[in-house]
Amino acid sequence: MSKVELSRRRLLASFGAVAVGASAATVLVERSATAAEPEAAADVVPFRGPHQAGITTPAQDRLHFVAFDVITDDRDELERLLRRWTLAAERMTRGEGAGPVGPVDGLPDAPPDDTGEALGLSPARLTLTFGVGPTLFVDADRRDRFGLAAKRPEALEDLPGFAGDRLEEAWSGGDLCVQACADDPQVAVHAVRNLVRMGMGVVRVRWAQLGFGRTSSTSDSQATPRNLFGFKDGTSNLRAEETAELDTHLWAQGSDGAEWMAGGTYLVARKIRMTIETWDRTSLKAQEEIIGRDKREGAPLSGGTEMTAPVLDQLPPTSHVRLAHPQSNGGVRMLRRGFSYVDGADSLGRLDAGLFFLAFQRDPRTAFVAVQKRLASDDALNEYLVHVGSALFAVPPGPGDGEYWGSTLFV
Amino acid sequence: MLRPARALALPAVLLAAALGASACTSADSTATGARVGVTAGDGTCELTATSVPAGVVTFAVQNTGSQVAEFYVYAADGTTILSEVENVGPGVTRELVVELAAGKAKTTCRPSDGVDGISTDITVTASGATSAAAKPSLAQAVEDYRAFVADETAALLAGTQEFVAAVKDGDIAQAKALYPQVRTHWERIEPVVESFADLDYSLDAREDGVEPGTEWTGWHRLEKALWVDKSLDGTTAIADQLLADTQDLVSRIPSIELSPSLIGNGATALMEEVATGKVTGEEERYSRTDLWDFQANVDGARAAYDALAPALKDADPELATTLESRFASLQERLDALHKGDGFVLYDDLTTAQVRDLADAVDALAEPLSTLTATVVNG
Repeated sequence: MSKVELSRRRLLASFGAVAVGASAATVLVERSATAAEPEAAADVVPFRGPHQAGITTPAQDRLHFVAFDVITDDRDELERLLRRWTLAAERMTRGEGAGPVGPVDGLPDAPPDDTGEALGLSPARLTLTFGVGPTLFVDADRRDRFGLAAKRPEALEDLPGFAGDRLEEAWSGGDLCVQACADDPQVAVHAVRNLVRMGMGVVRVRWAQLGFGRTSSTSDSQATPRNLFGFKDGTSNLRAEETAELDTHLWAQGSDGAEWMAGGTYLVARKIRMTIETWDRTSLKAQEEIIGRDKREGAPLSGGTEMTAPVLDQLPPTSHVRLAHPQSNGGVRMLRRGFSYVDGADSLGRLDAGLFFLAFQRDPRTAFVAVQKRLASDDALNEYLVHVGSALFAVPPGPGDGEYWGSTLFV
Repeated sequence: MLRPARALALPAVLLAAALGASACTSADSTATGARVGVTAGDGTCELTATSVPAGVVTFAVQNTGSQVAEFYVYAADGTTILSEVENVGPGVTRELVVELAAGKAKTTCRPSDGVDGISTDITVTASGATSAAAKPSLAQAVEDYRAFVADETAALLAGTQEFVAAVKDGDIAQAKALYPQVRTHWERIEPVVESFADLDYSLDAREDGVEPGTEWTGWHRLEKALWVDKSLDGTTAIADQLLADTQDLVSRIPSIELSPSLIGNGATALMEEVATGKVTGEEERYSRTDLWDFQANVDGARAAYDALAPALKDADPELATTLESRFASLQERLDALHKGDGFVLYDDLTTAQVRDLADAVDALAEPLSTLTATVVNG
């Protein structure tokens, strides 16, 4: 093993060996790396596989999401970037540097190929999830930018407008996206920063969002968290353990029309501003009736405990849980994986905060679009919500050995 | 004008020029040159050697005093800073790597909040150490870039004479017309002229960079008179000093020891200037002629690149192709903003145009930052 291949985790494990002579240190490093392996796997999420990581992965605590515009017209240049990104992403999820050399082992008169702020940190279950937006296939002038127009999946149809939307261009759209999730915010920011740096001249950042405090649990192993309204949310979320349901509701199938998307999924991202101050002046009883659950336990107002199935016709007709529940929407389910965000204060001194809603699904037309139409017109919660950003991405299947992000699209 | 720390740090690019391709960690690479221990205490500054062979020299600066310390290495003239290390806390040891040419050098230990330092003269003996400039293509690069600097210096002096004459004649229209044109020659060689920190300050300080108790002089003082005050009353002395300082600058420039590293990192520094000062419209806040400076910085980076291009094409032809296409794409955007003999004013740019320029700058600056290491070690 050469020194440059050492992961941060392994370097940490071998820290005591640094003062020893060079050859002895190498031996010690290799031994401690081997010894540390089984224990270390806990904070590394495998990067390659049939599906991309960061979807059914138990939701991490932190998010850095970034949407890009592609600024090159050269398909080869774009493909080259995706290959480089994939290798960098794989390295970073293992806790290594973005480049092959790393932050401190390079030539002294060259800028390091990794920016270094994750040096010494755990891999923190970092996942990097890649998607492509509708505008990668065909731009606003109906131009086939990269010879991909024929491959645009029908499910990647631009989202319609919904009642009450106040979408801003600055928070919407994108040709590509990367969702970075980790249990340490610095690890997520490091990953995005390095991918952005590698992409200069080929892509540019269109918008980005930091998030914290996962608002959904995506696995039975996780407790249901609370959102900024103070309520448990996502109790009946699609979970990693429901394998049969995942094939029905989450993973795109080759028979759906776009063969290259088999094993992939579709991501809807919505930046939803919460009017926190007015919500806080609402009585506890009214808050619970708007949501449809009690605030203490998260139990449905129809009775029972948090995990008790709600009896929908015993909930207020405009309550959020009743309208959003699969039973009210023809059984359709999504895997929600959103995060809270706080972007400081607005010009009036009010908390600029809300939910950065992320939902993965097999077909947005029958899932998010159908549910959101209903919510947009009837949900009592709308009084306290404004949708300010919106984007839709096709999330390709996970890269197998030797493959790269989106390789099934470009072959 | 660069922020002060950056301006002073720039000549440090002389370091590592002779490290060779085997350099891979700082510990290994520093072992290839001379090493001098420096003990900086309260009122003391001791060096383990005052004579070193030419080439890469590592100064290990240990602060045994009670105050935060700084350590400087100056060229033979005793005023041009070759490299420096700041913020060495009590008990801390920091390393400074610099390439010294045969002749003389000077070092100074100084407490961070003090003015007077303790200086030591160093003798640099000729050595067999091979310099990066020994490669024929790099030696030619240094000659080409030296010729570029000489041309720009001559044009800067001639233009300054004309500009100063217009100011002293009270010809506001003529002075305003000359201002962005003459500054082009300054901006093209900015990393070189800025290695003289005193002249950079007296010639190119912006109003908010003026230290309390000193008079604001130089280009931007006259820029404000021309565009904001719309009066040249009382500026004769400022104009005279502008010319005297420029003449001083011109006389000092031949003493600069150009190296491939200095040229390559100068290109990077110019693009940093564009990214932080020009694309944001901070440089020419009164005249709004930022795009003249923008173009001049790009010209300077391009000249540095052109000088190093033959060596780069040997070392990494793919990087050369990338840089040429990124230079071309940035130039295309600037060409679209021409108006008359010059450019549109910064205030006339739309947000989308500024963003487009910023993207093209990033696209060039990121790969350009690897130019030096590629040609010096390639």
